[in-house]
Amino acid sequence: MAQWIDACATDDIDEEDLIRFDHDGRTFAIYRSPDDEFFCTDGLCTHEQVHLVDGLVMDYVIECPKHNGQFDYRTGEAKRAPVCVNLATYPAKVENGRVLIEV
Amino acid sequence: MAGIVIVGAGECGLRAAFAARNAGYTGEITVIGTETALPYERPPLSKPDAAGVIEKPITSKEALSACAIALRSGVTVTEIDRANRQLQLSVGSALGYDKLLLTTGARPRTLACPGGEHARVFRTIEDAREVFRSAGASTRVTIVGAGLIGLELAAVLIGRCAKVTVLEAGPRPLGRNVPEPFAMRLAERHRQRGVNIRCGVALRVCTAFSVVLENGQTIDTDLAVAAIGVTPNIDLAEAAGLTTQNGICVDAGLRTEDPRIFAAGDCAAVQAPDGGYRHYETWQNAQAQGDVAGANLAGGDARFSGPVWFWSDQYDLGLQGFGETEGDPAAIRDLGNGAEVRFYSNDAGQLIGAAGLGPSNAVSRDIKIAQRLAGATLDPALLADANQNMKKLLRAA
Repeated sequence: MAQWIDACATDDIDEEDLIRFDHDGRTFAIYRSPDDEFFCTDGLCTHEQVHLVDGLVMDYVIECPKHNGQFDYRTGEAKRAPVCVNLATYPAKVENGRVLIEV
Repeated sequence: MAGIVIVGAGECGLRAAFAARNAGYTGEITVIGTETALPYERPPLSKPDAAGVIEKPITSKEALSACAIALRSGVTVTEIDRANRQLQLSVGSALGYDKLLLTTGARPRTLACPGGEHARVFRTIEDAREVFRSAGASTRVTIVGAGLIGLELAAVLIGRCAKVTVLEAGPRPLGRNVPEPFAMRLAERHRQRGVNIRCGVALRVCTAFSVVLENGQTIDTDLAVAAIGVTPNIDLAEAAGLTTQNGICVDAGLRTEDPRIFAAGDCAAVQAPDGGYRHYETWQNAQAQGDVAGANLAGGDARFSGPVWFWSDQYDLGLQGFGETEGDPAAIRDLGNGAEVRFYSNDAGQLIGAAGLGPSNAVSRDIKIAQRLAGATLDPALLADANQNMKKLLRAA
């Protein structure tokens, strides 16, 4: 059952950047958008299971470090080939300077 | 109703087909491929997993169907009849076109020495299956060519085979557009793992069980692989009277001199601003040119402009780069943990290329940003400062 997990402090993530967060055998990516909102997706690209943490965040798009596939990290929508399968997203919220994700 | 016909069902051809549809083209789109498999990605072929060669489709039947793209697999085009705007097919019939895109790719060069046919090549999924099927625990492998494919193969095979030797005609491995310090570091990693890399050697003859060097030395070989580059498939275009020059000559819009015929990807030679023709063989180039060709087939006016990007994974090390990386770097950025990015600029101080080597994907982000900065004039001191967030440079540029 999904539950809210304390993932990190808001300051752990630079603006327009992401971190990797592993929990319970799964790996997630948590993003801080240019307008200071937080989002959470699966941590691995849907194309070849590469960790997205080494990728590049530009505005609301994460580009995979390996083959340049792109996703909108707010919705998980696949934006550019070679990725064609959307990325799973999870609710994220901020409480008392902490980022919580519901996974 | 002749529509768009694309000859070549690889990364570039498929990409162009989807791009043409996405650009609003409503006519028929037909993609013709010689191979019988559903179009697949080639980069994974040199990176098999425990279960064997990875077959990764570029697209699905559903996606093709959703975009009304007709795929004709296992069919070869034997002639372009420009006067009548139609193709002759290996299956005997003809196929008319309104616009034609040639994405015929390239084929591996074979060894020129006597007995060169004993060396396998590595291009298709069948080639990959053959090579890995032949490579077992007692196999002695000789790879000819210390380029990216030769070394990626060596990295995979050293873990499975008794002995792996890489023979290179040039003075060093990765002599084509990989900075020498990175090439040396990769070669050192290969040697640590037991690969025997020998540069500056010429072949006298190959047999079914050996490779003999010019100096007379015999290398006992159970499996020889030629990884000495590719030749663009331009025969069809040449026979149709189109201009070729190590590739089918096209302008920046990827048009040949025939306004109905385009060429893109490995088979194309694209006119650069300096008037010369440039030929690229990377996966990302196939995508980028496919996008441009598709847009223009649909009536657009897109233009291809480099620089193109590449990557290679060998053992734990990831190499990435784009553009020109020859000569002395303008700046070297030490990312720590053995990761380094080198930046290259032209005489005017504009960034024209970068290459990085480090564990896994450590250099990826900086290379991506550097590629977006191509053409910008940057302070080398800032590029060299790993504490300087490259994104700030991008925003300032």
